[in-house]
Amino acid sequence: MITVSSLLDAHWYERYKTISKLNIRSSIYDVTNRCNLRCKGCFFFSSGEHQVGDEENDLALWHQFIDREMARGVNLAILIGGEPTLCLDRVEAFYKKLPTFCATNGLIKVPRDRFPELMVGISLWGDSADETILRGKDTFKISSANYQGDPNAYYLYTITPKQLGKTEAIITKIRDVGLKVHMQLLSNDEGVDGFSWQPEELVAVREEMDAMLDRYPETVISCKYYHEVITSGTMLGRRFGWMECPSVTEPLDRRQPQPKRLIGFIRWSSNLRAMHRCCTSETRDCSTCKDGAAHMSWVMVNKRAHIKTAEDLQNWIEVYEMFAKLYRFIPW
Amino acid sequence: MSDKINETITRIAEIIINELKLEDVTAATFNPDLDLVDEVGVDSMDLATVALVLRDEFGIRIDEDDYPKLSTVRIIAQYILDKQSSGE
Ligand code: SF4
Ligand code: SF4
Repeated sequence: MITVSSLLDAHWYERYKTISKLNIRSSIYDVTNRCNLRCKGCFFFSSGEHQVGDEENDLALWHQFIDREMARGVNLAILIGGEPTLCLDRVEAFYKKLPTFCATNGLIKVPRDRFPELMVGISLWGDSADETILRGKDTFKISSANYQGDPNAYYLYTITPKQLGKTEAIITKIRDVGLKVHMQLLSNDEGVDGFSWQPEELVAVREEMDAMLDRYPETVISCKYYHEVITSGTMLGRRFGWMECPSVTEPLDRRQPQPKRLIGFIRWSSNLRAMHRCCTSETRDCSTCKDGAAHMSWVMVNKRAHIKTAEDLQNWIEVYEMFAKLYRFIPW
Repeated sequence: MSDKINETITRIAEIIINELKLEDVTAATFNPDLDLVDEVGVDSMDLATVALVLRDEFGIRIDEDDYPKLSTVRIIAQYILDKQSSGE
């Protein structure tokens, strides 16, 4: 039987042991059904998830709900929306009790006196032109002014096919405002012309993501295996899709055979009762899904499949470390 | 007692090999002191799968809170025997 220590030298084995016992149990929460933008391709609005139920307005019920979530073992709350910063009392209810990550478009600044260490991921969909086409405004100007130099914030840069050859300019402008960046790929949920990935574009974007990581290791939080998996949609000869996806809401998961999955994962609607199918769009065709979190979780839950060669296992460690850094379980 | 524990170790090793589809190892060659997380790469979903089979086989319930301390086959065997003798 191949053991972990037979594949790793002392340095890698230490890295492995640091992460192997983390046992992260995340769930995702829609904090609100509202947003101060309406981006083309926003999975939340395009799949009608904002209409699943009226958002809960009673803060006491949010507190009770969070207690129940903790009791079932959740130790990482990922807040999305709509735009969570429209409801800071709800964000605070999570933040006071749990390691909490807040996704935001960055237009409203999370007040740091109230949320000193809240992890903030700011969405960015490209350069000024793409942002204007897809989101109606160039959000970077505002978000970078709000978060410049913030040690607990980073950009979640969604690369679109139109960004090929232009990512370096984005990475350097993020570096220049003293922030870090994680890269993911657009899933063109609303079929905006020219924004769906073609096979040759996926090859090119992988090269570009690798080059950005090599050139800006202090700024880019990523790893090459993640680039390979997300752009190819394959891992160890297996193809990503519905039957492999780890990020399906557990009580709704009737798949047989059960794939390796995130234990206890639920994506909750802001009415605190309804559950969405998965971590992203309810209506997305899984065969076109480029969701970054689902792909990195896919690698993470398939640990033993990577205990085959030193290279496979090191790849797995790097993806797990990337995730743990993004949610600050280990330092950047 | 040592027969009992050895028997339990062998059966647990069989279950783990079978449930996790481990290759190149048999119950006889499985080192009962090998750390399941650090060396075999077992994760909490694996443990949950194995715990269900152990429950049916040995008639004991394994609390999820106990997973972190169940780090080797020998420790799991002792845990099961302790639970059985205390009638839990
Ligand atoms: S900012 Fe986010 S939630 Fe709001 S419309 Fe854009 S993608 Fe959707
Ligand atoms: S859309 Fe993506 S994240 Fe959702 S179930 Fe399908 S593959 Fe998984």
